[in-house]
Amino acid sequence: MTSKRLELQSCTIRFGGLTAVANFSMVVGPRELVGLIGPNGAGKTTVFNMITGVYQPTEGQVVFNGERLNGLKPFVITAKGIARTFQNIRLFPSLTVFDNVRAAFNVHLAHGPRHAWWRGGKFRAEEAQIETKALDLLKIFNLDRHRDVMCKSLPYGDQRRLEIVRALATTPKLLLLDEPAAGMTPTEKKSLMRLIEFIQEHFDISVLLVEHDMRVVMGICRRIYVLDYGIKIAEGAPEAIRRDPKVIEAYLGEEPES
Amino acid sequence: MSRARLILGVFLLFLLVLSLAVEGVLATTFAYYYDVLITIGINVILAVSLNLVNGYTGQFSLGHAGFMAVGAYAAASWSNHLDPVVAGVLGGMGNPAATNVCLVVSMLVGGLLAALAGLLVGIPSLRLRGDYLAIVTLGFGEIIRTAILNTDFLGAARGLSVRGNYTNLFWTYGLAGICVYTVLSLVNSTYGRGFLTVRDDEVAAEAMGINTTRYKVAAFVIAAFFAGIAGALYAHFKAFITPEGFNFFRSVDVVVMVILGGMGSTLGVILAAALLTILPEILRALAHTSFMPPAFQGLLENRLIAYSLLLIVLMLTRPEGLFGDPSAVRRRFIRTRPK
Amino acid sequence: MEQVTLFLQQLLNGISLGSIYALIALGYTMVYGVLRFINFAHGDIYMLGAFSGFLVAPLVTRFIPLQQYDTFTPQNFFTIACGAGLVMLTSMAICAVIGVLIEKIAYRPLRNKPRLTVLITAIGVSLFIQNMTQYFFGAEPKPFPQLIPVHPIEGLGDLTILTTQAAIILSTIILLILLRFIVMRTKLGMAMRALSLNPMACSLMGVDIDVVISFTFALGSALAAAAGILVSLDSPSITPLMGNLPGIKAFVAAVLGGIGNIPGAAIGGLLIGVLETLVVGYLRPELRDAIAFAVLIVILLFKPTGLLGRVEREKV
Repeated sequence: MTSKRLELQSCTIRFGGLTAVANFSMVVGPRELVGLIGPNGAGKTTVFNMITGVYQPTEGQVVFNGERLNGLKPFVITAKGIARTFQNIRLFPSLTVFDNVRAAFNVHLAHGPRHAWWRGGKFRAEEAQIETKALDLLKIFNLDRHRDVMCKSLPYGDQRRLEIVRALATTPKLLLLDEPAAGMTPTEKKSLMRLIEFIQEHFDISVLLVEHDMRVVMGICRRIYVLDYGIKIAEGAPEAIRRDPKVIEAYLGEEPES
Repeated sequence: MSRARLILGVFLLFLLVLSLAVEGVLATTFAYYYDVLITIGINVILAVSLNLVNGYTGQFSLGHAGFMAVGAYAAASWSNHLDPVVAGVLGGMGNPAATNVCLVVSMLVGGLLAALAGLLVGIPSLRLRGDYLAIVTLGFGEIIRTAILNTDFLGAARGLSVRGNYTNLFWTYGLAGICVYTVLSLVNSTYGRGFLTVRDDEVAAEAMGINTTRYKVAAFVIAAFFAGIAGALYAHFKAFITPEGFNFFRSVDVVVMVILGGMGSTLGVILAAALLTILPEILRALAHTSFMPPAFQGLLENRLIAYSLLLIVLMLTRPEGLFGDPSAVRRRFIRTRPK
Repeated sequence: MEQVTLFLQQLLNGISLGSIYALIALGYTMVYGVLRFINFAHGDIYMLGAFSGFLVAPLVTRFIPLQQYDTFTPQNFFTIACGAGLVMLTSMAICAVIGVLIEKIAYRPLRNKPRLTVLITAIGVSLFIQNMTQYFFGAEPKPFPQLIPVHPIEGLGDLTILTTQAAIILSTIILLILLRFIVMRTKLGMAMRALSLNPMACSLMGVDIDVVISFTFALGSALAAAAGILVSLDSPSITPLMGNLPGIKAFVAAVLGGIGNIPGAAIGGLLIGVLETLVVGYLRPELRDAIAFAVLIVILLFKPTGLLGRVEREKV
C-alpha cells in the first residue's frame, strides 16, 4: 500500500467566471486524520464535492489508492471506498434510523432485484447479516435504542452522528466529515472527538475533517490544511497552524479559539 | 421458503379454488358485479405498479395509461394473429387449457413490450424531476395514443376487436397478487430500499453508493411491465379496445388512486383502487334514485368531477393520502424481523 | 415562385397560430417565474376565456350589432374594433378574477408544500373546471358568435390573410407591447421580476408577495382569455376540452423559450406555431399534436433550460 490514500494534484474548479478552488493539492495518508479549515466560503465543501464526484475539477486530478477519480459518478466513488457526511444533514427523512443505515449497505450488495423478488436462502442470509452489521454500527454510536424511530425526529446531534454511521455502513477507506460538530453541545463535541478517533483506529479509516470548531480540529487532527478564497494558505501540524500569521490574518475578527 | 413467498402461494391456491367454484355463477348470473370485480383487479394492478414509480421512487408519471395501451394493443394483436398457432399445439381453440395458455402468452407479450416502452420513458426521467417529468410522461402517453390513432393495423380510431375474452378472476387477481408481492418484496429488501432513497434525497443516495439512475429506470420498467399486463387483461376482458380508452384521463384515474391511497403505501393504494372503481358506480346509482333532482344527475354521473374535487380537497387537507405517513404504514404491516 | 408563396402562406398561418400559443405560454412562464410551479389549469383559463366571450358577446351585440357587418370598411372599422375589443376586455377581466380566485383557494394554502402537491392540485383544478363547464354547457361544441367579419384581406397578391388572422396577430402585438410596459415599467411588474429572482430578498424589502402573485395570475389569465377569444374568431366552435392541447403546446413553448423567461415564451410560442403548421403542411397532418411533445422531449433532454433560460444549480 502506498503512503498516500487520497491525493489531490493541483485541483482547480471554476463555476463560470468564479474560481472556487485554485491549484489545490493535498494528501491524506492511510489511517491519517487530516483537518481542512478556512473561513466561510473558502471552498472547503467544494473540495469535498470535488473528491466525491458531485463536481468535476476543471483542472488537476483526484487520485484515490493510486486510481484516478476524475469523471467518475458519485456512487462509483463511494463504491471505491470514499464516504461522506453533509454540512446540512441529508438523511433519508422517510426512513427509520435503522433503515437509513441498512440502505447504505446497498453499495456492496451481492443480491439484486431477482434475489429480492425470490427471497431465497442466500438473500435472507445476506439480509440477516446486514441487519447484524447495521445494529453493531448503531451500537457503537449508542443509537441502537432509536432504531425504529423516524430519523427526522432524532435530536440534532444524533442526526449528525447517524450520518456518520450511515457513511460507515458503506465500508469506506476514507471518510469525509463536513462539519460534524456543528450544532452540538460541548459534551457532545467531546464524545464526538473520541468517536472519530475510535472509528479511525477501529475501522482502519482515514478521515478528512472540515470543521469550524477549532478545538475539535486542533484536538484530533495531526495535520491541517487551511483554505482561504479557494487558495491553500497553510498546511502543517496544529501548533504551527495556530501560530501561522497568514492563518491568523484570514481569520481576523474570528480569531482561532484555543 | 420465505414467509412472503408462502403467503403468495397460499393466496394463489386459494384464488384458484375460489375462481373454479364461483367464476361460472358470477360471470353469468351476476354479470354486473363480475365486471366491477374484474375492473377492480385490473385497477389494483395499475395503481400498485404506478405506486412503485410515484410513491416509492418519488418520480411523477402521468402516462400510465400509455403503458397500459402498449400492453393492450400488443396483447390484442398477438392474440388476433397468433393465438390459433399457440392453441393449435394445445388441442385447438376453445380448449380451456389452450385458452389459459393463450392469455398468459399474450399477457407476457403485452407486459414485455410495455416494459420496453418503460425503458424508453425511463431515460428522460434521469435528467428530469418533478413537474417536468410529469409533463414528459403525459406527452409520452399522448404520443402513444396518437400513434395508435394513425396506425391502420391497430384499427386506428375505429378501435380493435380482440380475439377471445379470456380474462377471468383467477388471472386478474393472481396477477394483482403477484404485482403486490413484487412491489412489496422489492421495497422490503436492501436492494429495494434504494428506491426509497432516490425519493428521499438523490444527492445523499448517490453519496451512499446508490446508482439512482438505475433505480429510476428499474422503477419505470417494472411499473410499465405490470401496466402492460393490466392492459392485456383489459383487452381480453372488453374484447374491444379504442385509443380513447387509454387517454390522459385514464392516467389521471390511476394517479388519483395512488394519491388517495397514500403514495408509498401499497395497502392504501389497493383500497383506494377498489374504492375509486366502485365510487362511480355508486354515484351513478345515486344519480338515478327517485329523490335525486335531475340537475344533480349530470354532476354525479361524471366521475371526473368527483375525482377532481377529491384531488383538491386531499391535497389541501391530507396530502399524504388516506393512509397517512407512508413509512408508518410500512412499519405497521411489514416487520423487519422479530427481535 | 409558387413554392415561395406557399411557404410564406404557411409561415403566416404559423405565426397566427403561434400568437395564440405565445399568449398562453406567457401565463405559464410568469407563474413559473414567481412560484416555480406549472399551473396545469392554465389551458382551462384559455377555454374559460372563450366561454366568457360566448356569454358576453350577446350582451355587447345588443348595443353594437356586430353580426350585421359582412366586410370591413373604413367606416365600420372603428365600431367593430370597439365592439370586439369590449367583448375581449370583459372576458379578460372575468378570467383575471377567476385566475386570482383559483390561486387564492387552491394554490395559496400550499405555498410551502412540495411542488408535486401543488401540481396535483392544479391537475385537480383543471379537471374540475373542464367538467363543470361540461356540466353547464354540455360536451358538444358551441358556436362562437361572429364578432368581426371574416374575409380575406384584399391587395396581397397570392397570399391569403383572413381578417381573423390579422386580428389575432395585431392583437397579440398590442398585448405583448402592453405586457412589456407593465413588466418593465410599473411597480408591480418590477416586483414580479424581483420575486422571480429572489423571493426571500423580495419579502425582506417589503414587497407584499401575495399581491404580486395575485397580480401575476391576473395578468396571465387575462392573456390566456384573450387567446381564447382570438382563437374563437378564427375557428368559431368552442368546447370544454378545447384548452387541453393548446395548453400543453403552450407549455412546451414556454419550456422551449426557457421557462420563467417572458420574451422566451413569446418566441417559443411563435416557433411552436410555425413548426406545427409546417409539419402539417409539408409532412403529415396527423403529426399535428404529437410534434409538440416530440419538441418537448428533445429540448428537455438536450437543453433543459430552453433557448433563453438560465441554469439553476442544486446546492450540495
